[in-house]
Amino acid sequence: MSPSLIKEAFLKTKKENRPALITFTVAGDNSKNKSLEILKSISQYADICELGFPHNAPIGDGDQIQTSSHRAIKNGIKISDVFSIAKKFKEIKKTKPIILMGYYNIIYQYGENNFLNDCNKSKVDGLIIVDLPFPENIKFANKCKKKKINFIQLISPLTSHLRLKHIIKHSHDMIYYISMLSTTGGKLKISSKKILERYSKIKNLSKLKKVVIGFGITEKTIESLKKADGLVVGSAICKEITDSIKKRQNIVTNVMNVVKRLKNKIK
Amino acid sequence: MKLKKGIPLIDQHDKNGFWGGKFGGNFIPETLKKPVEDLTIKFQKLRKDKKFIRKKDFYFKNYIGSPTPFIKLENLSNSLGGAQIWAKVVSEANGGAHKIYNATIHALICKAMGKKYIIGDTGAGYAGKMLSMAAKKFGLKCKIFMGAKDIKRQKPNCDAMKKNGAKIVPVYSGSQTLVDAVSECMRYWVSNCDKVHMAVGSTVGPNIFVKICGWSTTQISKELKIQLKEQFNKIPKKIKLINCVGGGSSAYGFWSEFIDYDKKQIELIGVEAGGPKNSKLHAAPLSKNAKIGILHGAASYVCQNKEGQISETKSISAGLDYPGVSPIHCFLKDAKRARYTFATDEDALNAYKIVTKHEKLNPSLEPCHAFAEAIKIAPRLSKDTIIVVNSCGDAQKDRDILKKRLGKY
Repeated sequence: MSPSLIKEAFLKTKKENRPALITFTVAGDNSKNKSLEILKSISQYADICELGFPHNAPIGDGDQIQTSSHRAIKNGIKISDVFSIAKKFKEIKKTKPIILMGYYNIIYQYGENNFLNDCNKSKVDGLIIVDLPFPENIKFANKCKKKKINFIQLISPLTSHLRLKHIIKHSHDMIYYISMLSTTGGKLKISSKKILERYSKIKNLSKLKKVVIGFGITEKTIESLKKADGLVVGSAICKEITDSIKKRQNIVTNVMNVVKRLKNKIK
Repeated sequence: MKLKKGIPLIDQHDKNGFWGGKFGGNFIPETLKKPVEDLTIKFQKLRKDKKFIRKKDFYFKNYIGSPTPFIKLENLSNSLGGAQIWAKVVSEANGGAHKIYNATIHALICKAMGKKYIIGDTGAGYAGKMLSMAAKKFGLKCKIFMGAKDIKRQKPNCDAMKKNGAKIVPVYSGSQTLVDAVSECMRYWVSNCDKVHMAVGSTVGPNIFVKICGWSTTQISKELKIQLKEQFNKIPKKIKLINCVGGGSSAYGFWSEFIDYDKKQIELIGVEAGGPKNSKLHAAPLSKNAKIGILHGAASYVCQNKEGQISETKSISAGLDYPGVSPIHCFLKDAKRARYTFATDEDALNAYKIVTKHEKLNPSLEPCHAFAEAIKIAPRLSKDTIIVVNSCGDAQKDRDILKKRLGKY
């Protein structure tokens, strides 16, 4: 069996002796076409792209991603559009992994099987579901595995040692470590050293799995965490979209430049 | 779907936290797993702890003012003919509504957990007002999350919260009502759960919050059971317990001791917010057959669109203006133990007019939805039928709306 595109992406970055850069943008922000364009342009620099399917009662997101989601929903984004954006993206960037991220109600209404079939059809590589934690997610995660879709387990600073072990056991190729107690986009309130200490603990338990760090990562903080297997930047990108709209500047170019700078910091 | 007898409904969930196998649960971010687990363990201990129970009983009696009165609405009954209409005047509780029970228990739990900060959501402002009162009483710092639209329409309660020293955090996202306040409150908890205790204002949210709230409000039916026996020497043969349902905390509290009775003897009727008469918007997921969805950490019937986006709701009563509903009410609906219907804004206003015309009672717009149903069904029922309405809130907070809509308060 060939390794997943996600695994391959990490093999490549390891060879280059740097962390993988993982970006997050919301599908449909600020329009369907624009979000596809953004995705295409940032994927020159990003190793893995997360694409958010927005929900209007998000309990884990901070202001920036809420604002992006709100714009997308206001523009009438539907889950079928999210799949079509992913599909169009993958037609051009065949080897670039794409991960869909969102809340469970959207999947629940679409039907789990239906959702996973459409993930396959549009060549989605992985899923992050914010409000479907372990062990509630075991069944769904297994379904994903059968469909060759990575189900990405999350770990927080409060996750106990025993729970950590269980979660790692049930994880696929990639694990997402939440850097601090915060919604997305919060200011990094603990030191990078502390975050990396906890990160190492997880790594020691899961040598074969790739562990990425997210929440609070910006141009300012990214360099200090570059020891990790991968780093996720979301809110900083969403904020750039908001700022560019306000300033009536070219969103695609501005966002691409942010991602380019992020990449340069961890090269 | 079947109910068990002899076990409180709040405890009839499976190991994953689901009632009836599909309502409730814990759909929460990983970060909240640990605090929710800690709270669950603590609450299980406290509810068996004799010292804690004594404390609860002490504050319920001396601080909240239990028992609240159970009175016959003689004039209203006579004017309508048919069934006798009674009211459990829970609005006589300290603060003016049933929300004080849950707020007091959460403040006591917060203290027992050694936390100094307590946060909560509010719609009508009662949950917020009571939490601010309880926080003041027990020396806790308090933040209340409230939709910007609700802050405008429930000013008296906001004034009370500020007077009690709580900070009101206005929520401008989405529809700027309760649904967004709950989301924002949960987000704040995600970021501060190591130091802060969260009180969910109704029998909604992750499993443990449904249980704590239900355990608190059950006081209402415990009192009513005694009062019914005192009044009629036994539990009467034909009773209808009518309660408004938003999140469903007062309805559960009003019914919990009577769920084991045969529904032919004691009928449970929940009245949701039907919204403005000629509008498609409402807040009635149970009676208007909404689909099951996940909102604020639990699965329940939820007003939503086909895609799973939560619908905007509309109701004259901020306390009922919520797209979801307690998983235990979903369970009661599917088990066919309770019947759910709705009253429109106009029905509720009309009920307010009728009740206040005949009685010295000033029910807020939330229980006016229940009164609307009582007024509707009473004339067709026999004289020996006892209708009890839970008058769970006082209309003082609604004075601006009532003045505007009825020209007087």
